[in-house]
Amino acid sequence: MISQLVILWTDALVFLLMLVAILFGIYASRKMHLRRPWRQVVRSRVGMGTLVVLGFYLAIALLDSIHFRPVLEDSAGGNGTTQSAEVISLFDELVSGLRKRQEKTYSAPLAVQLYAKENIELPDGSVMRDYPRLRYGGAHLENPESEWSSDILKLSGFGILKGLLVSFITANILIMLLAVRKSRSYGDEARSILKGHSEIPWRVTFLVLACMLVLVFWSAELSSKYHLLGTDKVGEDVFYQALKSIRTGLLIGTLTTLVMLPAAILLGIMAGYFRGWVDDVIQYTYTTLNSIPGVLLIAAAILMLQIYMSNHADEFNSLVERADLRLLFLCVILGVTSWTGLCRLLRGEALKLREMDYVQAATAFGVSHLQIITRHILPNVLHIVLIAVVLDFSGLVLAEAVLSYVNIGVDPTMNSWGNMINSARLEMAREPIVWWSLAAAMIFMFTLVLSANLLSDVVRDAFDPRLRSNR
Amino acid sequence: MTDTLLRVQGLKTRLGDDTNPVRAVDGVDLDIRRGETFALLGESGCGKSMTALSLMRLLPPSGRIVDGQAFLGETSLFELAEMDMRRERGGRMGMIFQEPMTSLNAVRTIGDQIGESVSFHDPENRGRVSSRVLELLKSVGIPDPERRLNEYPHQLSGGMKQRVMIAIALAGKPELLIADEPTTALDVTIQAQVLALLKGLQKRTGMAILLITHDLGVVSAVADRVAVMYAGQVIEQASTKHFIGTPAHPYSRKLFQSLPDSRKRGQRLTVIDGAVPKLTQQFNQCRFLERCDKALKICAQVEPPWQSIRTGEGMRCHLEVAETTEGEDQSDQADERPRFTGSNEVLLETRGLKVHFPIRQGVFKRVVGAVKAVDGIDLVIAPGHTLALVGESGCGKTTVGKSILQLIPPTEGSVRFEGAELTRLSRGSMRRRRSDMQIIFQDPVASMNPRMLVGDIIAEGMQAQGIGGNAKQRWTRVLELLDHVGLSEEAADLYPNEFSGGQRQRICIARALAVDPRFIVCDEPTSALDVSVQAQILNLLLDLQEERSITYLFITHNISVVAYLAHEVAVMYLGRIVERGTVEEVLDAPLHPYTQALLSAVPTIDSDTGREITRLEGDMPSPANPPAGCHFHPRCPRAVDACRKAYPETTHLSETRQVSCFEVGEE
Repeated sequence: MISQLVILWTDALVFLLMLVAILFGIYASRKMHLRRPWRQVVRSRVGMGTLVVLGFYLAIALLDSIHFRPVLEDSAGGNGTTQSAEVISLFDELVSGLRKRQEKTYSAPLAVQLYAKENIELPDGSVMRDYPRLRYGGAHLENPESEWSSDILKLSGFGILKGLLVSFITANILIMLLAVRKSRSYGDEARSILKGHSEIPWRVTFLVLACMLVLVFWSAELSSKYHLLGTDKVGEDVFYQALKSIRTGLLIGTLTTLVMLPAAILLGIMAGYFRGWVDDVIQYTYTTLNSIPGVLLIAAAILMLQIYMSNHADEFNSLVERADLRLLFLCVILGVTSWTGLCRLLRGEALKLREMDYVQAATAFGVSHLQIITRHILPNVLHIVLIAVVLDFSGLVLAEAVLSYVNIGVDPTMNSWGNMINSARLEMAREPIVWWSLAAAMIFMFTLVLSANLLSDVVRDAFDPRLRSNR
Repeated sequence: MTDTLLRVQGLKTRLGDDTNPVRAVDGVDLDIRRGETFALLGESGCGKSMTALSLMRLLPPSGRIVDGQAFLGETSLFELAEMDMRRERGGRMGMIFQEPMTSLNAVRTIGDQIGESVSFHDPENRGRVSSRVLELLKSVGIPDPERRLNEYPHQLSGGMKQRVMIAIALAGKPELLIADEPTTALDVTIQAQVLALLKGLQKRTGMAILLITHDLGVVSAVADRVAVMYAGQVIEQASTKHFIGTPAHPYSRKLFQSLPDSRKRGQRLTVIDGAVPKLTQQFNQCRFLERCDKALKICAQVEPPWQSIRTGEGMRCHLEVAETTEGEDQSDQADERPRFTGSNEVLLETRGLKVHFPIRQGVFKRVVGAVKAVDGIDLVIAPGHTLALVGESGCGKTTVGKSILQLIPPTEGSVRFEGAELTRLSRGSMRRRRSDMQIIFQDPVASMNPRMLVGDIIAEGMQAQGIGGNAKQRWTRVLELLDHVGLSEEAADLYPNEFSGGQRQRICIARALAVDPRFIVCDEPTSALDVSVQAQILNLLLDLQEERSITYLFITHNISVVAYLAHEVAVMYLGRIVERGTVEEVLDAPLHPYTQALLSAVPTIDSDTGREITRLEGDMPSPANPPAGCHFHPRCPRAVDACRKAYPETTHLSETRQVSCFEVGEE
């Protein structure tokens, strides 16, 4: 099946980011001052719950970041290409049913018929105006009117049962592992967890995990026979679109940070530490950048890129690559417009830290500037960086939606919540209203941003030393 | 007793969660009479402030009173509804805090803030608030009160702000004024003013004062009775006279012995080993047990009961009063160290050292003036000796220290270290020189990177200077140094926040020693520490001087520390040195009026020093705009016309002695 792995730019960066995160995790686990706040995050109920939800999002995004060109299994025998020009991801492969079952046009969630009446030619040659049956959604039903509700119930029940079973098994395996690690009996461990006495709130974790798993299996079961969230104008499954948009949203949230961090940290600390003309230059740079309206700057950059792309169309092997480059460019330009806030924050902090006695003591030892910055200043501003990154994340996800809505966001061919909302603009004007595209995008985005915000609150509480002393 | 104003019985206050609470106050009984000054004395973390906050019912959110009663007159404070308590607070009970800078609202005029208190707590004067505010301002001795009414807190100096705080507290005509370290954040000359003011007010209004302090000098200057707190309990209570003469409890005795002064020169100070025990534990033994050298077997088994000595006096100890004083060497040892009489050798010399910080204004940051933090300082320090630099805060002492080490580049003048001119050295050669001179800071918390291990902190200097061999040899040396300053080797693998203030200061000393310096600037190294810990650090510094003949520039405002360890003294006022000489010369016979005032403002435990008392009025002017002529003339009680015209020349009285005053110059 997999013939040729395609590594897109953003894929490479995503995995680089993962690597950095893992390395930072290892580094942090050795440093007490970094480990302790994380322990506090892990011990809070909100923290663990949101981490589970974010874990599901992350898993989908990572699966969606492994791209390849599939070999076409052409049974007909050579009436076309054997190597597909299309690039798909591992995630596409997993949910290939969703991807391939395209209807003709709009259909409501879980419907068996199209949303609009059409002229149907009956076998006897006469023409009737009615809602035609869908090609895939509920196609297995003989008599939709009578069987539909019982079929839905049956599938739901089946999915929920499966979900419960899987979550039960997962929970038990985890409890067993925990019991082994603490060298206690299985029963003791399970009891202390169920009573909520464990240090890490496993009970909440299992509860959220079970909810998510049930949701996953339920939707998997239903969407194997129906379109869970309906179809859009060209008949594509909306549930699939929403799932595909997860990667876009997460990428914008994280890659932008990757672009912005080096500039913000380096320039911010340099401005605060060296002061004088260095400070002046950096300050004027970001004040100037800040006084240009961000949206206009992004629009100009994206339009320039569009022109370049249409002039050099032959440089791109596929639509996916083109869309990917535009996404990357969007991340970069968002990064360029958003580093100033953190930079200003870090400048202030470095200004304060450089006057601290320990920096003076280091100067008195003749320690070089570079070492003072890396050893004394940087570790003492890391918590600010972390808080800023987590807080920025949800803002960037929302920014993507807004930018795509005004058509300067990601490529129109790319799945993203912004694009879904953009296309929903026209659908909202229809009568009867087509609401599910918008609703699907909103639900997915809302869940992600809410969990990210809740997590960032917990992280900020854990890392902010001023808050720590209050309890 | 009928004249008892405040009676506290069995007060217990806890902080933190219920499973492992901090027993901040653990059974305190107090009786405060009308019109007396009652001092609550103790080291930091012993529950003094928590006692006061409990009485005001102003505990932090995690704190709660779990047991005990408090009566203000007939009112039971802990049973009042919050509504009624609000009337008591600031009404019959006023409170002033340590930090006058943060106790006032920065965006309202002081007249407003006092008026608020008047209109709430003083119904009689509700119709004439503004004139009452004026009266109050006058009564706390604020000059030109009509103008001050409309000023904002930032326009006032620290001492003035504290006066305003007192005025606010007085607005409710309190019967009891709780003063929580009211002078700790102030300079000695200002402290003397504020203490005198409190005493005067007490005489006029007849209010009682509950004075919370850690300073034995302040206690002896103003208090009528004293209670010593230790680890959440009152361990001794006595009248000030008895307490100063013959403290009973072993802890109180040690506290007195650990105070540095000139008579203890050349001796080691008595040290109270260890630290205050953690208040999270349940005590079954004497709380002072681990630090007491007279402990009996019973001390470890039974918590000592309250033992009455006289009426209203007593202590919490198993020993009899006679026993606690046994076996102490009372004889004053003769001065062992030879008197310093000047030296021809010179380790460090500054000539006309000036540090001016430019004041910039406008778009183009034009220089419109300068803060003359250091304005022409000549110093000579002989190797192996200690020069103490004394002065109030803001006079530029710290800037002198830092500019000698080139941490702040001097604007003008020369700094010669062993003949080498430091101000003209290139960055590289200055960096190589840095191992010769080091600095120890005032705040041991701020002077260590909280994100580094103690071992790395100490090794940092060696690494930067490229000395001490490879990483492994360096680590061995780190362990040696830790041992040298009296810490265990495990300390190297811990973070600074796991140590107490005194231990952190030891680590700072170890760090400075790592590069084998010959000269150390000690920038108030003990002023953030408790008395018992201060003695440990001073002993350590003196031992090091003896072993390695290290030279110290000791920057401080604490005269008794100077008397104890310095060889020479230089007194600084507003960026210039007004008087210098050997310790004996300056402290025993000060010539400059400022030195005299400074010395007499220091509260001492022996109340009768026979010194003429000079009270200074007003505050130190801003170094951005020093007065014309002699900088000191606006506050000088003996100023003459000449003082207003020109800065007096330095008069060299002897090889070691010099004074900048017209009065001395004429003689």
